[in-house]
Amino acid sequence: MDKEKRNVNYNIYVESKIPKTKAWPSLFKAFLVGGIICAIGQGFFDLYSHFFPNLAESEVTSCMLMSIIFLTCFFTGIGIYDVVGAWGGAGSVIPITGFSNSISSPAIEFKKEGIIYGICVKMFTIAGPVIVCGVVGSIICGFIGLFI
Amino acid sequence: MQTIKFKNKPYLSNGYSIVGPLEGKGPLKDYFDYILKDDTLKEKTFEKSERKLLQDIIVGAIDKAGLRTGDIDFFFGGDLLNQIVSSSYTARELELPFIGLYSACATMAEALALAGIFVDNGLAKNVVAGTCTHFSSAERQYRFPLELGNQRPPTAQWTITGGGASIVSNTPSNVRLVAATFGRVTDFGVSDVNNMGAAMAPAACDTIIEHLKNMGRSPRDYDMIATGDLGKLGSEILIDLMEHEKIVLGKNYCDCGCMIYDKTERVFMGGSGAGCSASVFNGYILSKLKKGEFKRVLLVSTGALMSTTTSQQGDTIPGIAHAVEFEYVDKSTAKKEGKDD
Repeated sequence: MDKEKRNVNYNIYVESKIPKTKAWPSLFKAFLVGGIICAIGQGFFDLYSHFFPNLAESEVTSCMLMSIIFLTCFFTGIGIYDVVGAWGGAGSVIPITGFSNSISSPAIEFKKEGIIYGICVKMFTIAGPVIVCGVVGSIICGFIGLFI
Repeated sequence: MQTIKFKNKPYLSNGYSIVGPLEGKGPLKDYFDYILKDDTLKEKTFEKSERKLLQDIIVGAIDKAGLRTGDIDFFFGGDLLNQIVSSSYTARELELPFIGLYSACATMAEALALAGIFVDNGLAKNVVAGTCTHFSSAERQYRFPLELGNQRPPTAQWTITGGGASIVSNTPSNVRLVAATFGRVTDFGVSDVNNMGAAMAPAACDTIIEHLKNMGRSPRDYDMIATGDLGKLGSEILIDLMEHEKIVLGKNYCDCGCMIYDKTERVFMGGSGAGCSASVFNGYILSKLKKGEFKRVLLVSTGALMSTTTSQQGDTIPGIAHAVEFEYVDKSTAKKEGKDD
């Protein structure tokens, strides 16, 4: 088809015009933001292990995660985390803070449509696929692990 | 023929525009009628804010033209929200006879063209044509929650907060509608919703060529040819496409989406949304036309006609562009002609 050929050529042309994201600056920003978030997490970990020496390491980890999840929700609520995310990219998405932000931001956004149809329905629009893929992936890995 | 030439040349008596705080910092800030300090407009949801914005724009336009809502025969309007709620709810509040339109971001030109046809044929005396968009309500509907910390690709555009409305009337003034071209829906197979400029550029190219051909003009006959919201990349593509058709767009070509924001703002390829061409036209272009600094202008609003569902199902993005041509008329000739009627 003539039209198909035209469209293919047009898409090739458009692709050549698109400005490319510069890899090194993006990587540096992601490294910096991700590193700072992880350092804050480690700070909480050290703090809790110092003040509560009776806690097991796994319990300290849980406390640390709860703290940074709470902080992310807080900074999402006051409109700071999206600015960090727009600048830091993957650095703010990959740590658990990104996951927390992806649940709290739709919860804030869709509050106006009510608790059930707004918050409850829309809360997992972004994190939902991650959870589903994670669970399915771990089941598959579990099966593979069983037979190895 | 796709182009409708107005025999009685309806007048564009006035235009009114409101923009948000970010747009109000841009290079066109002196031309807008009102700049919002608070983009919520003291409403509880952004959908309500958008509605209030459009209502303020329509009332502002009617007031500026020295009319009352009762003098308006029809309201041609549309917006980007599902079921064009902002326009319908505005029409409900103002109790105006409403003709709802949807051409995505090309709605302003479509509304002006239809308003022109109605007045030209004596079907109405005063008609208001207007549209608006709100960044936050558009983000909610089309993209991600506002507070999500995600990155946009470099080809993305920024939906503007703002809009504009024009009063098309048979009462003489110094700006007239000359002709309008309704565009064909054109799809060159672009499916990236973050690259709307590339999806809409072929439609703009098609409509401009058709308009120029039917009017027997060349781009040099215009003081300004303004596309709606192709953005930086889209307008570069349009220039290339036109060149391919052996028509050179000169320095008089510009894009409303590129004009509205300051270069330092983080808006990627520029502004977009139905309100983009509406506010730039009714703010900047119209004031230049009224002063006679522009004698002939072609407004080509561009729209991308996809929905979130069609995009998710992998469909490509159809584009549309409508063109309306305006001319400046000397006040004395305008009055004389008015008396002859």
